[in-house]
Amino acid sequence: MKMKTILAAGAMSVAAIAANNAHAGAALDGIKAKGFVQCGVNTGLPGFSAANAEGKWEGIDVDICRAIAAALLGDSNKVQYTPLTAAQRFTALQSGEIDILSRNTTWTLTRDTSLGLTFTGVNYYDGQGFLVPTALGVSSAEELDGATVCVEPGTTTELNLADYFRAKGMSFQPVVIENINEATAAFFSGRCDVYTTDASGLASIRSTMAPNPDDYAILPEIISKEPLGPAVAQGDEQWADIARWAQIAMLEAEEYGVTSANVDEMKGSDNPGIQRLLGVSPGMGEALGLDEEWAYRIIKEVGNYGESYEKNVTAKLGLERGLNALWTEGGLQYAMPVR
Amino acid sequence: MSRSQNSPGGVRSKSLASYLNDENVRAIIYQIIVIGLVILAGWYLISNTLENLERQNISTGYGFLDREASFEISESMIEYSAQSSYSQALIVGLLNTVKVSLMGIILCTILGTIFGIARLSSNWIVRKLATVYIEFFRNIPVLLQLFFWYALIPNAFPHPRDAIELLPGVLLTNRGLYTPVPVAHHAFEIMGIVAILAIIGIIFLKRWAKKRQDATGQPFPVALVGTAVFFGSVFIAYLAGGAPTVLDVPELRGFNIQGGNNVSPEFLAVLIGLSVYTSAYVAEVVRSGIQAVPHGQWEAADSLGLKRSVALRKIILPQSMRVAIPPLTNQYLNLTKNSSLAVAVGYPDLVSISNTTMNQTGQAIEAISIFMSIYLGLSLITSLFMNWFNKKMALVER
Repeated sequence: MKMKTILAAGAMSVAAIAANNAHAGAALDGIKAKGFVQCGVNTGLPGFSAANAEGKWEGIDVDICRAIAAALLGDSNKVQYTPLTAAQRFTALQSGEIDILSRNTTWTLTRDTSLGLTFTGVNYYDGQGFLVPTALGVSSAEELDGATVCVEPGTTTELNLADYFRAKGMSFQPVVIENINEATAAFFSGRCDVYTTDASGLASIRSTMAPNPDDYAILPEIISKEPLGPAVAQGDEQWADIARWAQIAMLEAEEYGVTSANVDEMKGSDNPGIQRLLGVSPGMGEALGLDEEWAYRIIKEVGNYGESYEKNVTAKLGLERGLNALWTEGGLQYAMPVR
Repeated sequence: MSRSQNSPGGVRSKSLASYLNDENVRAIIYQIIVIGLVILAGWYLISNTLENLERQNISTGYGFLDREASFEISESMIEYSAQSSYSQALIVGLLNTVKVSLMGIILCTILGTIFGIARLSSNWIVRKLATVYIEFFRNIPVLLQLFFWYALIPNAFPHPRDAIELLPGVLLTNRGLYTPVPVAHHAFEIMGIVAILAIIGIIFLKRWAKKRQDATGQPFPVALVGTAVFFGSVFIAYLAGGAPTVLDVPELRGFNIQGGNNVSPEFLAVLIGLSVYTSAYVAEVVRSGIQAVPHGQWEAADSLGLKRSVALRKIILPQSMRVAIPPLTNQYLNLTKNSSLAVAVGYPDLVSISNTTMNQTGQAIEAISIFMSIYLGLSLITSLFMNWFNKKMALVER
């Protein structure tokens, strides 16, 4: 099955790249024509993207896609999801199988350039950490010399891991399994001493997949910067702009205190910034090639960034805002001006 | 040709219509059209691909092969570290694929032959057990079998701290099987050379024995003498080299067992999964090969007073080989290709490394083209070898 998926993805990428005789704006036209956004998400990382008990996709990565659908197509439910492993994600985007990749993906130089992607923002500032069984008796990552480490292939995590151990002059034994469920199963069965991924992912794995979360601890060291964000394929700047500003609108709404609950009354606000955001004073939507209600619908249907974070990350994983607080509250989340 | 004679000769018949009515001319025209369409389709695909890659600013070419891979690989037969290049990483993957495929082919042949013969046993229990084995493993998808074996090993065996010590120094854990290995010593090089010389000697011995048997009818115990010569000479080389006794014994240090040789659970799962699955098919090939030998051959052997085991070894199996080798080749090819499923259980085979490479560099088309051509090459080599072997085994008329 796995092999088939890979080959299929490969074949599709070749076929799709070959057949897709595109012109500028093709991505956007395609989405409008089919009437939904095809969104590439994680196969299952609670808080970021995971299907809930009713089979509905939830998470802050999912909310990005819903926000874009609300802005562009007028309905946050006009999204179809493609669950992807780390190794499949870029091929899926390059081949046009998905319109946008919103799958806790780290923004790096090579991905932005030689992979032909355009990152449209950072919806979660993260860093790589280590999850260990408490029985191992380890309190710092510096004690991990000689450990066996489970890691997903094709990630920045895999590269940082090698860098970190090399820099510290320590050795390790990687166990590389593509599917996150298989990989965590191998860790919890004792195949590895350590599981490594972004700290938020570790929190998610610990709280939702561990047989007993108290038997596992996340080590204090954060060994890398992982700005996670959505990405689109290069070649359609308008589509990239819509993806970028849909996310910024959620942040801007939080900065102004506009929530899904009060957005209707906020329409009557005297604040010119809120008026511009909600389309009371027109111009923003037109500039993006959307109608003026675009941001209003995002906030009404999906909520602002803080609401999305609260509902998904804090509620499910117990993670505080930390780096992801607004810049006014000591965090890094900062909305570019909507004007 | 006879058709073209039907059209009347003469200058007038050279009109265009008569050319088009000529079947030979039409056949050529059709072929030109077909070849033209194939070339056109190929050109369309390639030019469009290049154009689209350029439009999306995806870099192309094989230049990435020289760049530093920056990821570690759990098991490698050659020197490899994160500083090595992508091409070295791919070679590691290729060697791992070849290793598991070769060992799988050997193991599945042994298992398959045993179960194939057992299936024809006159003993009811043996026969039925072989049938159950074959039907069971043949009818479950091989990927599920790999998952099964891979789930079994970490869950069935203990953490390195509580390793099961099978023999002194041989440790079984959920991180795999650890065995002691002798520390490198020049005596082992001498032993290697002597072993090769011994094998060459045994080949000559076998030729001589065959000649003698053809001339005088007297058999010579080549297997017995050959084994004695091989092990005897290697042992003498070991003594002559200074009889090194230092072993690198695996022991628990820190988190893991260090030292010795480690056979990883991933490798074990893939090896066992592939060889058990394929052995069920090989067993059927062996059975059908044996049954294809006419019953008269058994009776002829009986009437010469040969024991059943001798008859099987000397008369039936050599003849059944002729029938069995072509389908056996298919099974070996299948096993080699199925080894690409190893990626599912984390064994760093060619597909696994190519995938990682593809993902880290984003160059899907290049990476896929590399591993597809390598698999094609591996399969062609396997079938060339088996064709050669088939010719050698074919009935030689005397």
